[in-house]
Amino acid sequence: MENKNQDPKIVAFVCNWCTYTGADLAGTSRLKYQPNVRMIKLPCTGRIDPVFIIKAFEKGADGVLVSGCHPGDCHYNAGNYHARRRWIMFHKLLDYLGIDESRLHFSWVSASEGKKFVDVVNAFTNKVKAKGPFKKYENINKEFVING
Amino acid sequence: MDDIKTVAKELLTSGKVNAVIGYIRYGNDKRTKPFIAQKPEDVDKFVINNFILNNLAVYLTRKEVSKLGKVAVIAKGCDAKAITALIQENQIKKEDIHVIGINCNGVTKDFDIDFNSENIAGKCLNCDVRTPKLCDSLVGALADIPSGEDLKLKMIRGVEAKNAEERWDYFEDEFNKCIKCYACRQACPLCYCEQCIVDKSIPRWIESSATKRGNFSWNLIRAFHLAGRCIGCNECERACPMDIPLSLLNRKMAMIAKDEFNYDAGTDMNAPTLVGSYDLKDNEDFIE
Repeated sequence: MENKNQDPKIVAFVCNWCTYTGADLAGTSRLKYQPNVRMIKLPCTGRIDPVFIIKAFEKGADGVLVSGCHPGDCHYNAGNYHARRRWIMFHKLLDYLGIDESRLHFSWVSASEGKKFVDVVNAFTNKVKAKGPFKKYENINKEFVING
Repeated sequence: MDDIKTVAKELLTSGKVNAVIGYIRYGNDKRTKPFIAQKPEDVDKFVINNFILNNLAVYLTRKEVSKLGKVAVIAKGCDAKAITALIQENQIKKEDIHVIGINCNGVTKDFDIDFNSENIAGKCLNCDVRTPKLCDSLVGALADIPSGEDLKLKMIRGVEAKNAEERWDYFEDEFNKCIKCYACRQACPLCYCEQCIVDKSIPRWIESSATKRGNFSWNLIRAFHLAGRCIGCNECERACPMDIPLSLLNRKMAMIAKDEFNYDAGTDMNAPTLVGSYDLKDNEDFIE
């Protein structure tokens, strides 16, 4: 059997004001997108602590999508700028530790971009499907380490 | 040698400070430990040599010390950087402390053998702050320090050259050694949170037992929380009883901060912190 992940688990951390509203627009516009994504709504991308992303991978997510307002559109003026700076450091750290960067996707989706949201989710879902399940992080769990 | 004692004694007798944090001899004739002198006569025990390893800036944010009022602290160049970072992050006030800077001639890697070119801490090899940038008084004289190879930088380059799979295996093996004693956190002058994220139990963000997964998450998050803040005193790595090469992470993060933002931690107490500020022109190539 091929190592294809037919039903990947994707966790999306999105901001309330742009991407979540954009997803809502996709819904009210009757646009279809792949159902693998589990949305978690937060007040702002600035609230997305990198520990959330780690936790998602720990709990067996195959991909994590992080999305919020375009630069300049933040409801709280600067939340996404702060988030962007954090992500720069974070995604480089993940890469250095050998975690596949392509399993973590960042994008800006505004409240009016229902179509873009659909495209982003579909493209990312297909990418993660093609990559297969991500078990590396989840599987390092059960063993206790007894030293000495 | 008398210099530090004179300065410290002067500060205590004149009442400018209520305590001086310094180093005294301990155990064999080389080993030193931190000591808080509150009486002028205590100062006679102070020593300055190549074996003063601890970063005393770590005590400045401790409640037991801050309740003493104004304190003086002996600081090597790297420790002074930590103090600068603490001031920058509003943890201490410049006027509440008196920094006794020392002209540093390098510190040892191992307490129990003589200080020489084989036994010099890696951080001292390319040190640019042998005379502290932040100090109220300065003691000691600069001398030549032994040169050596920067092995940690070589290790970082070695890790970078591996592919993602090998890097994962490498760090998984290293982090597996972790026993979650949190010595790295306690030794770090910048890990001053009253409640660390790893101690939060509702919700439990990082598994607190020493499982492989919890170890990986802890070391990852610890490194990330020091991104753009670590000043490279390397106390975490020295404190680690399991010899996990933590500087590989900390130094890599500092290198990223330098490459991406041209930012050096602990150099300017008036500058905004790296993650507490932003620039409209920050790189967003990776965001679609």
